[in-house]
Amino acid sequence: MRDRVRFLLGNETRELAEVDPTLTVLDWLRLDERKTGTKEGCAEGDCGACTVVVGRLDGDVVRYEAVNACIRFVATLDGCQVLTVEHLREPDGALHPVQQAMVDCHGSQCGFCTPGFVMSMFALYQGSDEAPSGSQVDDALAGNLCRCTGYTPIVAAAGRMYELQGPAADRFAGVAERLAALRDGETLRVGAAGRWFLAPATVEAFAELLAEYPNARIVSGATDVGLWVTKFQRVLDVVVYTGRIQGFRDVRDTGDALKISAGATYTDIIGPVGALYPDFGELIRRIGAVQVRNVGTIGGNIANGSPIGDTPPALIAAGATLVLRSSEGRRSMPIEDFFIDYGKQDRRAGEFVESVILPKPAPGTRFRAYKITKRFDQDISAVCACFSVRIDGGVVAEARIAFGGMAATPKRATHAEKALIGESWDEATVRRAMVALSQDFTPLTDWRASAAYRITVAANLLMKLYVETTDPDADTRLVGDRRLVHA
Amino acid sequence: MPDVPESGSEGIIAERISGAVHSDRRHDSAHKHVTGEAVYIDDIREPAGLLHVYLGLSDRPHAKLVSLDLSKVETAPGVVRVITAADVPGVNDVSCMGRHDEPLFADDLIEYAGQPLFAVAAETREQARRAARQAVAVYEDREPVLTLDKARDAAIVVFPPMTLRRGDAEAAIAEAPRRLEGRIAIGGQDHFYLEGQIAMAIPGEDDEVLVHSSTQHPSEVQHIVAHVLHVPANAVSVEVRRMGGAFGGKETQANLFAATAALVAKKTGRAAKLRPDRDDDMVITGKRHDFEVDYRVGFDDDGVIKGVEFLFAARCGFAADLSGPVTDRALFHCDNTYFYEAVTASSLPLKTNTVSNTAFRGFGGPQGMVAAERVIEEVAYAVGKDPLEIRKLNFYGGEGRDLTPYHQTVEDNIAPELVADLEARCDYQVRRAAIREHNAKGGWLRKGIALTPVKFGISFTATQYNQAGALVHVYTDGTVHLNHGGTEMGQGLYVKVAQVVAEEFQIDIEKVRVTATTTGKVPNTSATAASSGADLNGKAAQNAAATIKERLIAFAVENWGVPREQIVFLPNRVRIGNQEIPFGDLVRTAYMARVQLSSTGFYKTPEIHWDRAAGRGKPFYYFSYGAAAAEVTVDTLTGEYRVDRVDILHDVGHSLNPALDRGQVEGGFIQGMGWLTMEELWWDLRGHLRTHAPSTYKIPACGDRPRIFNVDLLENGRNRKDTIYRSKAVGEPPLMLGMSVLHAISDAVASVAGHTVCPRIDPPATPEKVLAAIEALRALKPA
Ligand SMILES: Cc1cc2nc3c(=O)[nH]c(=O)nc-3n(C[C@@H](O)[C@@H](O)[C@H](O)COP(=O)(O)OP(=O)(O)OC[C@H]3O[C@@H](n4cnc5c(N)ncnc54)[C@H](O)[C@@H]3O)c2cc1C
Ligand code: FES
Ligand code: FES
Repeated sequence: MRDRVRFLLGNETRELAEVDPTLTVLDWLRLDERKTGTKEGCAEGDCGACTVVVGRLDGDVVRYEAVNACIRFVATLDGCQVLTVEHLREPDGALHPVQQAMVDCHGSQCGFCTPGFVMSMFALYQGSDEAPSGSQVDDALAGNLCRCTGYTPIVAAAGRMYELQGPAADRFAGVAERLAALRDGETLRVGAAGRWFLAPATVEAFAELLAEYPNARIVSGATDVGLWVTKFQRVLDVVVYTGRIQGFRDVRDTGDALKISAGATYTDIIGPVGALYPDFGELIRRIGAVQVRNVGTIGGNIANGSPIGDTPPALIAAGATLVLRSSEGRRSMPIEDFFIDYGKQDRRAGEFVESVILPKPAPGTRFRAYKITKRFDQDISAVCACFSVRIDGGVVAEARIAFGGMAATPKRATHAEKALIGESWDEATVRRAMVALSQDFTPLTDWRASAAYRITVAANLLMKLYVETTDPDADTRLVGDRRLVHA
Repeated sequence: MPDVPESGSEGIIAERISGAVHSDRRHDSAHKHVTGEAVYIDDIREPAGLLHVYLGLSDRPHAKLVSLDLSKVETAPGVVRVITAADVPGVNDVSCMGRHDEPLFADDLIEYAGQPLFAVAAETREQARRAARQAVAVYEDREPVLTLDKARDAAIVVFPPMTLRRGDAEAAIAEAPRRLEGRIAIGGQDHFYLEGQIAMAIPGEDDEVLVHSSTQHPSEVQHIVAHVLHVPANAVSVEVRRMGGAFGGKETQANLFAATAALVAKKTGRAAKLRPDRDDDMVITGKRHDFEVDYRVGFDDDGVIKGVEFLFAARCGFAADLSGPVTDRALFHCDNTYFYEAVTASSLPLKTNTVSNTAFRGFGGPQGMVAAERVIEEVAYAVGKDPLEIRKLNFYGGEGRDLTPYHQTVEDNIAPELVADLEARCDYQVRRAAIREHNAKGGWLRKGIALTPVKFGISFTATQYNQAGALVHVYTDGTVHLNHGGTEMGQGLYVKVAQVVAEEFQIDIEKVRVTATTTGKVPNTSATAASSGADLNGKAAQNAAATIKERLIAFAVENWGVPREQIVFLPNRVRIGNQEIPFGDLVRTAYMARVQLSSTGFYKTPEIHWDRAAGRGKPFYYFSYGAAAAEVTVDTLTGEYRVDRVDILHDVGHSLNPALDRGQVEGGFIQGMGWLTMEELWWDLRGHLRTHAPSTYKIPACGDRPRIFNVDLLENGRNRKDTIYRSKAVGEPPLMLGMSVLHAISDAVASVAGHTVCPRIDPPATPEKVLAAIEALRALKPA
């Protein structure tokens, strides 16, 4: 058992004991370290003003990722390096190419969003030696809002930074070794007075801790939990963090399926999942933005049980199996059975989500996922529609349809499925299924969409599925990589 | 002080100073923005013992506050002081118009959900925020007015309405060959400045207090704080170095936060800071007004408008704030670039039980223009022409066609040429034909294109605000300290005014330091608003610099005995007769001869006047023009859309700083596009705003900008009026270029019914609204 958090702030080592388990990185930086370059614009992960870059060991290389400091707990930095806008200048005071490019391109007006953009661009710069494509830049910056510039000069700067002379030397050389030295197999326990931050290093230790602290709150990426703290000021006494668990973010090909460990982040799974189900990959690309995808986990998305979480409908449509585990052992279930009702899931005390088994698509299966929002990037679904259909000789042999945003849970559209199965795959059938959908759902009206829109668009998406599966030349997508989605 | 003049040799050879006017000078804080060194108020190192303040808010939109039990707040951990209306020594009011309709803390009548009831000060922000949730209020609910419909029934105005009238519109409409009428609902908009509201107050000696406030209007904050504290204005200093964005949202909305912080500071003797969380900021502060505009128009078979009537009903919220001038400005822009032979336009600034709406970039003007463009669009569908043709037909210009609805003659009209220029540049006709062809194939994705113009009146319509002051000191090392009444919110005002002063003295801009705006240096300032910042403060600073320069010239004439024509300010040096000496040397020599090297400067806009009761005058010194052409693709199954291409041509006169002006144009366009497309304010039935954070209120993100975005500033632009270096104001006008996107979406939607029916999409054109319009058109068309 280790009783202090150890990480690097820039090149300096920090050891924190008795740290509040839900103290955010942002508050720690601004209030304790008095590093005020990192800004708070929303405290909910949506504006990017607080973006910092966290370096973590992946094997023996350091991966630098942009994250939102406002909803990340400082103790989760254990074993990592955190870099802020204050760390980028050269020792002689020269601006980093990212910073210089922003100055050259007039990339700042009020400047409040700028440190966040600089850090997102720095992560991009660290991650790639050559200028990324336009859509890669858009993706890298989707989690940073700017109300002044309209983005054009910032995007220009993201290209320009590659034209400038790079930093003379790698100032972060040797970080991998230093981080490796911080790595241990110990369970971390910091805090005081009954308020603990626990971070097991193995799945076994995780299960045992949950048995020991049945009221503990599991925290993975904290992209949900972080907001409970910053927005609702919820006090979490005991927090068990999954981010240090060995192997808990693995994605393994088991031959006929992908076994995705619960701690795998969106960034971890977008490649392998997208390779099997291009549209699922595209859906993942539309979850949050980079900062959220770098830490948000599939396990958290499922366990959170939200009716507007995006992976559950896709997993349901694909016929995935959920594996739960506790100190007592494992159990598994078709994933749709996990979602019982609003705020209620089939998870027992001491249990955690261990993995999801995503079967590979059977030959002939058409899988489509559509996400309807007011804004394409970093927006929560008004409707998320996922379809898996197999057409055999012009007849629908199999149909699994699941929606988010249409009911109290992510839910299958059984009436619509029935209207399709065994019928010939033609427009008349599709129109019948569109009508049947209204038997499946009575959605709500809220600020994201009205009930009427939800039901209309849900039905229209069935039509879109039909068009896309029958007319390969039809233009049906406004965003994303069309080649991918029509594969 | 050096007794030997330093050599200014580095400047001697320069042929042009750095940072001259008309150059692409970078923002003065750019290097600090990118390193995180630029200090915003929350970054100022806090004085020891600083208290953090948080506001407790009402849960009801309309109620009598029967009782407010704050005992749990008082005993919450870390709490030092709780403050309610009863603790206000002066006037419990933060209203900007002196109408006493906006209490700092509600004490009896609650008029919107989220209205502040009390403030709590604690050792940490976390503690103050937690404590604020502990209040127990007992309400006696009253019927709330939450919609414009209900507000019309209640018929309470927050400010006297205004009417503009020229000719007999009713008769003209009746006599016109064709006529139509309709209503457009136009949504509001949250400012979403990235830096939220904040104030930090530091108590001083006697009754003094220093307030760091993120405000566009330090003088008003000064007066409000003085009234609330019941101290004279000279006891209050208000300072603002920079804001992290404002857009009108900090013109009056900073008052409440500053007054609360100042009150806590004076009550406790400790510095106090108030920074609401984003959600509270969005709930507490006013927004762009949503409007419902009724229009009736008479026109001929070509589409020439013969007469038009508008009624602009606005949701003003519970108090006046700036709703009077905002709704006035909507009327002032109901013509956009069009001449109406006869027109009547009236405002209806309605009271509602929602947050009091306020200034927002364009200040009502955008809503006026959106209504004008809807009328144009309706007429176009009625006569079966491209809306662009109808626009051109109705432009100001030609015999007797230059009088606005407020009886000001348009003297500087360039809209016809500018629109023609853009139309050619962007290949409008060819692309429009291609789009029609694409749509004729009947796919699910439809394209649309639209070209919309902008004409925006420059000047505060309250004439007294069109004045500004500046303060310039020249030090004996040849450097300059510049201060003026304008505030920096990202628009680059500081650097533009510094360019003016550098130009005036012919010294490199690096020698000119702009210091934080403070009421102690330049008094009685106007809000940095109405796009007027550079126009007013640039002139005032030029005036101050010119005064000093004049003294230097007079001194040189006397000292060197040369005629004044032989004294020339060259880059970083001065030619005096046959010799050239560095600027600093002249300054030092003048100092030794006891020449005053400091001056104030002043400016007031000439020519303008306005008689609101008569609806006549010359409220605007000049107009700014622009136009945008947008092309979009709409998914007719979902209502989603994407902006494929936008071309802009915008008139900034002879720009003081083309790079910064381009930034204003691009940023303004995107903000306007956001307003009319994805940004949606949504109140629930209890009167609570539910889109109060970026998770629920969506402003455009990086990927929403047009895929192709060609932005040009009008070449050889030059203000016909004697503005600062013949530049034009640029802050607000580009916002309205965003209208092109709304109309392009409408064009794409109309294709579903063969362009026979006006889709009448009410902004914001969210995918939901767009799909509803599509489905309505589909229903018209026999499948
Ligand atoms: C800005 C922003 C944008 C977002 N956009 C989207 C979006 O577009 N689509 C979408 O679906 N979601 C979105 N989200 C929410 C999404 O990021 C989360 O649902 C995320 O998937 C949760 O994962 P996490 O690891 O962060 O979970 P946490 O926040 O750490 O935990 C969430 C819940 O799951 C529990 N939990 C976590 N891991 C486990 C486990 N292994 N076993 C059991 N319980 C566990 C926690 O106790 C908690 O109840 C967004 C969030 C933010 C902040
Ligand atoms: S402060 Fe907005 S994302 Fe963190
Ligand atoms: S520069 Fe102001 S928000 Fe980006």
